[in-house]
Amino acid sequence: MRFRIENNKLIAGKSFAPNSLRISQFNIIPQPPLNPNFSFNPELQKLLIGKQLLIDDLPYQLEEIQNHYDHGYITFRKGIEYAGKTPVCARCGNNEQQWFAIYPCTRCGEDCLYCRKCLMMGRISECTPLIGWNGPAPDSSLPSKMLEWQGTLSQGQLEASERVKNAILQNKEWLIWAVCGAGKTEVLFAGIEAGLAANKRLCIAAPRTDVVLELTPRLKAAFPNILVASLYSGSTDRHLYAPLTIATTHQLQRFYHAFDAIILDEVDAFPYTVEESLQQAVIQARKQESAMIYLTATPNAKWQKECLSGKRAYTTIPARFHRHPLPIPEFTWCGNWQKRLKKNKLPPNILTWIKKRLDEGKQALIFFPHIPLMEKALPVLWALTPNIEAVHAEDPERKEKVQKMRSKEIALLLTTTILERGVTFPAIDVAVVGAEDGIFLESALVQIAGRAGRSKDHPTGAVTFFHYGKTEAMIKARRQIMSMNREGVKRGLIDL
Amino acid sequence: MKLFQQNHCLICHQAILPDVGWQAIFSIEKEQLICKECERKFEKIDGETCRICSRPLHLLEEKFRHGDLCHDCFRWEGDEEWKGFLTENHSLFLYNDFLKKVMAKFKFRGDYILARGFALYVKELVKNVDTDLFVPIPLSEERLYERGFNQAAAVLREADLPSSEILTRIHSEKQSKKSRNERIHLPQVFNLKHNADIQGKKIILIDDIYTTGSTLRHAAKLLKQAGAESIHSLTIAR
Ligand SMILES: [Zn+2]
Ligand SMILES: [Zn+2]
Ligand SMILES: [Zn+2]
Ligand SMILES: [Zn+2]
Repeated sequence: MRFRIENNKLIAGKSFAPNSLRISQFNIIPQPPLNPNFSFNPELQKLLIGKQLLIDDLPYQLEEIQNHYDHGYITFRKGIEYAGKTPVCARCGNNEQQWFAIYPCTRCGEDCLYCRKCLMMGRISECTPLIGWNGPAPDSSLPSKMLEWQGTLSQGQLEASERVKNAILQNKEWLIWAVCGAGKTEVLFAGIEAGLAANKRLCIAAPRTDVVLELTPRLKAAFPNILVASLYSGSTDRHLYAPLTIATTHQLQRFYHAFDAIILDEVDAFPYTVEESLQQAVIQARKQESAMIYLTATPNAKWQKECLSGKRAYTTIPARFHRHPLPIPEFTWCGNWQKRLKKNKLPPNILTWIKKRLDEGKQALIFFPHIPLMEKALPVLWALTPNIEAVHAEDPERKEKVQKMRSKEIALLLTTTILERGVTFPAIDVAVVGAEDGIFLESALVQIAGRAGRSKDHPTGAVTFFHYGKTEAMIKARRQIMSMNREGVKRGLIDL
Repeated sequence: MKLFQQNHCLICHQAILPDVGWQAIFSIEKEQLICKECERKFEKIDGETCRICSRPLHLLEEKFRHGDLCHDCFRWEGDEEWKGFLTENHSLFLYNDFLKKVMAKFKFRGDYILARGFALYVKELVKNVDTDLFVPIPLSEERLYERGFNQAAAVLREADLPSSEILTRIHSEKQSKKSRNERIHLPQVFNLKHNADIQGKKIILIDDIYTTGSTLRHAAKLLKQAGAESIHSLTIAR
């Protein structure tokens, strides 16, 4: 696509008019003033508000889009910008050369650089404008009673809930550091209700689709009369305008200055932690004046330090809703277990631990650092019981196996770190084989320990880290758990 | 020299560690573009194939084979209106799930640069072939704008082969829903540009996927009737 400037307005065209340029070649992109008498298309408004979309995403003719721009209701931004000579994708923030390529483009008639990083959301190249909305927000009339949730909050939840509410209303940034099993979703309800009542557009974002799928029905049940858009790859809500959006961080790449508050769940989870484009997406999706709530059970070292030194506003929920302390991991040395495994054996203390669970009829979740090691251990354990499954990230039967564990069809589930978070089984013991491996970061170990003792009826559970040499991560993980328990006792959130 | 900056697999983006040794120097291009794991997932077409369309015959039931022809080609060649126009088709790979994914990214998401990966194989295949023109199957104007490039022409361009864009499309591509009968009896799918000189020329048609063969046969018929000497075709997938 090429543009001309006439009367200080951009004119988009499919033909290659003389004096036309690609949008990336203009220094300044003029924005016509808003014409209040223009009767805009309300469907287009709903589709575009707070978004950054491609013309290909819009089911409207170019003429209609141009017309809205002419009257100041639509903005055009460069899809590819240049920081000096370095191209930067305006949607995903990519600036690495290996993620760009060049093609002879029939839309602009030139060699055109495009971003491969966010290609799956529609190709952005040097001749691609990002379309946004510059007009008023749609009128929304909300019911007077929004929150239909009947439960009660624990004392720890209640304190955090107040903080969330204030942060949302006052556009603050706040971290909720809640232990595994604290019940962090309920903590959001009051803040969401207050935000909606103040006419704010809200978003709960999470790196993993599983979390979005789990949160959606809970939020819909809590707010039955509020429209909720649930966005993940393949969801049908893609164009739904809603006061409350629940989205993967990946999906936020389609948003631009959209939300008055973003609640980011599992800030420490993959791939958010390693993908700068996702971090950029969250920043871009916020309005300039907006609130940001972070939720996590395991903030990284930097954040922990910022919290403790007063540089980061935060609130902890140090205790579980059932008022029992977190199970503290026990460290057990198991020698060179990998060497034994090569000979199809496992250390005797590990076997004893497992046997004890089998004899008592207690289910156990056993973590391994790598798939090949786990698969080697599986036949060794078959000597004890046939009721075992092993699961990993690329396992096509992952869901079925987790379900078998849940329905107690199997006694043991071997797993890689894929089950470190998200899944809860009510009454299990947990072991890590090879806790010294580098893949078991402090956060992973805290999450793993957090799988035990989750339910009110089974609030305790054993957590054992079998290791061939204690690591810093193991020690820090245990220290973090113990300090949360101490704080919980001190604040009267744990019954002893 | 883009060649040496490219050290990530075009398909899966994983870093490619350069092989050391003499062999690596000779195959450096391929080494640098597509990683070994991805390359392994492409299934080359080999074994006994249909004389015309290069469909592997061992994948066909006996009743769908007619000597060295598959059932489809047998029917085309038995039809007075169609016989003899397409001499032979070559396809690089079976259209397996992996290639389907790569192809979807290439065509529908418009990831042009993947053409460079396919081009390596095309180049190798046509190295010793005697031909006058390479003709990409065209897209309609509408579709060409939508995609931003023609995927067949892209492969030629990246293979440093001259692309003779002498055909235009008069009917839209949306014919996959039509029956075989309807497809065969479409009056005209392509037009030949007036200035195209193809008298006595040996032509290789380029397309991305060979499915029913009807697209290629329509183009072959038009070119042959306009005076071309022989028509072969080359597709990435089959
Ligand atoms: Zn272009
Ligand atoms: Zn991008
Ligand atoms: Zn690869
Ligand atoms: Zn055949």
